[in-house]
Amino acid sequence: MKLQYFKQSLLKQFIISNLSVIFVALICYISVDFIGYRSVALLLLATVSILAIFFSLYPVLMAATMSALIWDYFFIPPHFTFYVSKSEDILLLMMYFVIALINGIFTSRVRQFEKLERQKEERHNTIKLYKTLFDSLSHELRTPIATIVGATDNLMQKESNISNVDKLELIGQISTSAFRLNRLIDNLLNMQRLESGMLKIKPDWCEISELINSPLNWLEKELLTHNMQIEIQEEFPIVKLDAGLIEQALFNVLHNETLYTPPDSTISVQVNYKNNCINIVISDNGKGFTDEDLTMLFTKFYRSGTKVAGGTGLGLSIVKGFLEAHGGTIKVENNIPHGAKFSIKIPTETLKMDDYLSFSNANFKVS
Amino acid sequence: MQISKSAKNKQIKKSRYIKPVTPMDARQTILIIDDEIQIRRLLEITLTANDYKTIEADNGKDGCTLAASFNPALIILDLGLPDQDGLDVLKKLREWFTNPVIILSARNSEEYIIKALDRGANDYLTKPFRTGELLARIRVATRQNSRQQEARMEFGNLTIDQDKHLAYKNSEIIKLTSTEFSLLALLAKNEGRVLTHTYILKEIWGHGYTEQTQYLRVFIAQLRKKIEDDPSKPTLLITESGIGYRFSGI
Repeated sequence: MKLQYFKQSLLKQFIISNLSVIFVALICYISVDFIGYRSVALLLLATVSILAIFFSLYPVLMAATMSALIWDYFFIPPHFTFYVSKSEDILLLMMYFVIALINGIFTSRVRQFEKLERQKEERHNTIKLYKTLFDSLSHELRTPIATIVGATDNLMQKESNISNVDKLELIGQISTSAFRLNRLIDNLLNMQRLESGMLKIKPDWCEISELINSPLNWLEKELLTHNMQIEIQEEFPIVKLDAGLIEQALFNVLHNETLYTPPDSTISVQVNYKNNCINIVISDNGKGFTDEDLTMLFTKFYRSGTKVAGGTGLGLSIVKGFLEAHGGTIKVENNIPHGAKFSIKIPTETLKMDDYLSFSNANFKVS
Repeated sequence: MQISKSAKNKQIKKSRYIKPVTPMDARQTILIIDDEIQIRRLLEITLTANDYKTIEADNGKDGCTLAASFNPALIILDLGLPDQDGLDVLKKLREWFTNPVIILSARNSEEYIIKALDRGANDYLTKPFRTGELLARIRVATRQNSRQQEARMEFGNLTIDQDKHLAYKNSEIIKLTSTEFSLLALLAKNEGRVLTHTYILKEIWGHGYTEQTQYLRVFIAQLRKKIEDDPSKPTLLITESGIGYRFSGI
């Protein structure tokens, strides 16, 4: 990281620092009659100090040396020679050198130290994030695995007196656990796509009811215990977005809804189109969120106080990532009188269906 | 550990090779090309229980050899093979093999699946898959000469008459434009099969329109309004997200 910084801009730093020293020297040379050559030294010193704030050590040292030589050559009488006649000026020149060097070294030391501190803090945060990830991951992975191992052990016992009903339940648990593991892997892969910066959205035309229905279909089983209300604005245009990502985002929000609202709650999905944006509001009449939840909800690894099995704190942060990749947003607030309300906004290109239909019918008559 | 495992694999594979296919056996043979022994076992158990006979290969090269010597009724091909790209295997097979190929692949690889479908695969399933789904796909794929030749196709309360270019719902004529009818007929003729966006666009609108997915969206939405009982919950025109459409005439 640090090395790259040097490599990329070291030459640039050298050029800029030398140029600014020359520039200041030029101005001083014009006005030396008014300010006197000794204040030129102070001005040059100030320039070097300013350079030291922004640039790394070597360009600053170079600027310091150069400015000292310039001062000696052009300003200290006799002019246009490195010879210094007054002993007073020799002392000044030496002092100039020393101060400029100390200035440069000291400032760059302070900056290096700061950088190290920052890196340390970053590393610390990363380690903390990873620790959280691995803690929750190992737990989230082990729970379904434990279920599968336990259930298969029971089923494989030769002489067991498990009733057929219980057997079926065990098999059902194996199936549920497997799908839970699969969902977890999906989320991890999606997170990785977001984190690595490899996520490229591939927008294509799609129809809004398809977009809303696929995640609802994936959640068919989970939604049996909830009441769903879906309202899609009439005459909705077709829209251009990455259907795969948006479906995954909606799935994650809806899946959360099924996990965090009690059975028999009502989940409503309202979709409308306004000012080149799709607005999707997903709300419920459950318990809603605490203030902490509301501010932290989309943070990676954040888990609400009312922990429910099957979460890693990744789902909603992925939602945010996917929507932001589209230039969209998601907001959460508490519903009135109670419950939660997610408002999603995605800017998109549109085509009005009716116009299009008459147009393409007229133009593409097929046998 | 590694050695013993592969040796075990080899042994199992060998036993499959020797198993004779008696001409008396009326069961259809399915070739499984997948490098994961667990998946092969799962498929073998599932398929055998449903009256298919299976032969197996754990790499592309053996798969091609087995296909050539047994000419199976269907091939289940995993795209992630150790020795060759699954797509290359498919290409090699398709040079002469005319029976159906069903692709088995890991999730999140729509592009890959589309490529496979465009290169002659008949259908696809993503891991993890439901065995019921797999069997349904196999039945659709192996169904002899589908409904291409049928002039009159019936799906529940929907009837499509290809000769008269008319579609009926509950015996009443549905008003369809010629493009809508062509689209419906194309999907219905391939009942149960996934058709990629590109394929449908090429068939209905022609070669120059394979990128114009907006046509397809609009017409599918329009068709759904006309033929589905509840257009928001389609049961006939099924979306295969990111890949295409499938007509399900149940």
